[in-house]
Amino acid sequence: MKTLLAGAAMALMGLTGAALADGHANYPERPIMMMVSYGAGGATDFQARIVTMTAGNEDALGMPIAILNKPGAGGRVGWNWLATQAEADGYTLGAYNIPHFVAQSIKGGVQYSADSFEPIANWGADPAVLVVGADSEFNTLQDVVDFAKANPGKLTTSGAGLFVGHHIAALQMEKAGEMKMAYIPTKGGGAAAMKAVIAGDVMAGINNLSDAFRAAQAGNVKILAVADLERNAFLPDVPTMVESGLDVDNSSVNFRGVMVPKGTPQGIIDKLAATVPAMFENSRVAGKMKAGGSPMHIMTRDEVLAMWAAREETLKELLAGL
Amino acid sequence: MEFIYYFGDVFTPINFGLLLLGTIGGLILGATPGLSPTMAVALLIPFTFQLEAAQGLILLGAAYTSTVAGGAVSAILLKIPGAPANIATTLDGHAMAQKGEGAKALQLSFLSSAVGGVFGVLLLIFLTPVLAKWALAFGPSHLFWLAILGVTVIGTLDSKSVVKGLLSGCIGLWLATIGFDDIMGAQRFIFHPSLGGGINIIAALIGLFAIPQVITMFARGRRDDGAEVIEVQKHPIRGAFAEMMRNKRAVGIGTAVGSIIGLIPGVGGQIAGLVAYDQSKKFSPDRDKFGTGHPEGLIAAESANNAMVGPSLVPLLTLSIPGSPTAAVLLGGLLIHGIFPGTDLFDNHPDVAWTFINSMLIGQILMCIFGLYVAGLAAKVARVPQSVMAAIVLGLAVFGSYSVQSSMGDVYVMASLGVMMYFLERFGFSAAPLVLGLILGPIAESNFIQGSMIASATDGLAPYFLSGTLNIFLIAVVVASVLYSAYMELRTRRYTSMEEIIG
Repeated sequence: MKTLLAGAAMALMGLTGAALADGHANYPERPIMMMVSYGAGGATDFQARIVTMTAGNEDALGMPIAILNKPGAGGRVGWNWLATQAEADGYTLGAYNIPHFVAQSIKGGVQYSADSFEPIANWGADPAVLVVGADSEFNTLQDVVDFAKANPGKLTTSGAGLFVGHHIAALQMEKAGEMKMAYIPTKGGGAAAMKAVIAGDVMAGINNLSDAFRAAQAGNVKILAVADLERNAFLPDVPTMVESGLDVDNSSVNFRGVMVPKGTPQGIIDKLAATVPAMFENSRVAGKMKAGGSPMHIMTRDEVLAMWAAREETLKELLAGL
Repeated sequence: MEFIYYFGDVFTPINFGLLLLGTIGGLILGATPGLSPTMAVALLIPFTFQLEAAQGLILLGAAYTSTVAGGAVSAILLKIPGAPANIATTLDGHAMAQKGEGAKALQLSFLSSAVGGVFGVLLLIFLTPVLAKWALAFGPSHLFWLAILGVTVIGTLDSKSVVKGLLSGCIGLWLATIGFDDIMGAQRFIFHPSLGGGINIIAALIGLFAIPQVITMFARGRRDDGAEVIEVQKHPIRGAFAEMMRNKRAVGIGTAVGSIIGLIPGVGGQIAGLVAYDQSKKFSPDRDKFGTGHPEGLIAAESANNAMVGPSLVPLLTLSIPGSPTAAVLLGGLLIHGIFPGTDLFDNHPDVAWTFINSMLIGQILMCIFGLYVAGLAAKVARVPQSVMAAIVLGLAVFGSYSVQSSMGDVYVMASLGVMMYFLERFGFSAAPLVLGLILGPIAESNFIQGSMIASATDGLAPYFLSGTLNIFLIAVVVASVLYSAYMELRTRRYTSMEEIIG
């Protein structure tokens, strides 16, 4: 279906006259594909579709971006594909999730590392939050910490999997609080982890701010703390972990953005790096993202490069003992 | 009764037009192998960007409803189950088509889909708050026992021999371990890059069911000129109604099983059809006829897989937790309009919520009408000469398995599993138990690991898995199911000679 649409769009292009082929000045000359390494309907896919919906506008890339889902193994399948099989011609982009892919590459068994890709721009930042069931006896982060210290390894805490933001946040909490929790990774991502908290299968959970926000609105959970440097606009009343006395920085924040495989011509990278952040700033995009409860955080290529490097360093240190 | 006030909204010209579009489009998408309901709904999401919230949801709801039913078309006519929900449909449905009763099989499948579907949506309308609690009651230990209950069905499913059924179930369980394990991230049996993401269930389904058939058709084509064509018997719709009325038990079992299993997050849709098929076989006096083109099996399977549609949305609509992949996609469709499922949906946007649910109710009926209309036409597929048919099915199999995640790797997986299944079938193994193993393996495994992690942090393994009313109830059902199978096996002792065991 998508290829059909893309084909139709290409035929239209042909009608409007062949473009001149001087370097990459005319890039893009045909529709672009963006690989998302999670399934259709997931948070990353959902946001990727929103932020790319204005790509065809004249003030953006002038060409539509089609989403290609390559889910599997917590994103490893898609990123393996992007690093080794995708063509580095500027017509294949990929969505990244930090810290997932960096953490996976540190743990090994995959064919990519942060050096396999070139970031373009960041569109969103979804911090991890600590949630407990609505009827839980815990009311503050301090309650949770006190319990975990008194009962080492007894605080069952759900999260979306191993080596994803939720897990990183749990590791940081353990380190900062000098305590031991029982981190329970779930199959089926954040939704399954949230279900475990609401149903009382576990005592606490670490989840995405956007999903937790919805669950809290519905009255199903209490959000105790945000693992970020500042409070979040969606949750102005919820303190950060640092405020509550636990020295946890923003290493677990799930950054989402666009990247290309290494080897993509520099001219194309520069052009994308210049136009894509502006494309994310489109008011229609911002409106849809806000409506969906997805926090936006636009960063340019240089900022993302610095962020990737910083994450890699923190994660190497944090995961060294595991 | 609030829902009645919003019935009018379904029938505004635009809404009704979208409902028709979703229903007809869904039937076509559902009948295409490889396009599972999840895929079909995901493909439609971008179109809903431009629509109002209620309109977008009508389109998505109608498409969900009718793709599940449309999957029966390829299951019956081509023996390719479009989604796990339709596996059980192939068992008797395709056998009926081969006897020339394709039209009857399709009519029965759409009628029973509609009965199950309407019941499921009514449950969603009237019992949502009660059902939400029930859906949450299933923790890791319960889901583990539920998967084990599914495993006990494996031996008796579509196989002449319990031992062979269990063996193919084991092959399925092994295949399920391939890839990165979802919880711990360990790599298992990845001997080819295509297997990195594990074996995709849709690609496996297509390969296991369609390819052995394609090979058989080609082989037969070499022996004669392929002129052997099945005459399609006309079947009046009235006859299908009468047949349905004769099989009230199958309709009842299918609808009940589908509704109950559909509720359970993460398990529901995949096994509803198979469990209903197995249950109605166990309760039927004609249990020997199952698998030979017996309408009862078809009716149970199809009423179950549509009955599951309504209840499967309960966790999403009330708790904002998507209980199935399709529900996750629908969640995206809601969020894009700034609507949060849960109390927000019913309190602040009742028009959207009820128009959506009502349209699924009307959609079930529309789906049935269109389905019955095309049943006669579609059944003519059986008149296509075998050699041509084989080529078409092969083409669809490649297209379907590629389109699941735009990956050539899935096509290789589909082809190799298919060829393997061809030889296994020669030795009397069948595909359904294998697929059930493939589906249940990860459910049992991940819930066991998760449960044991929780258990070791709290009160220990044995109390966690073996105590509590729901655990004990499920264990009792598992034991009863095993004993029943053993009893039936001993009582009917099917083998009298060496040849029968091998054949």
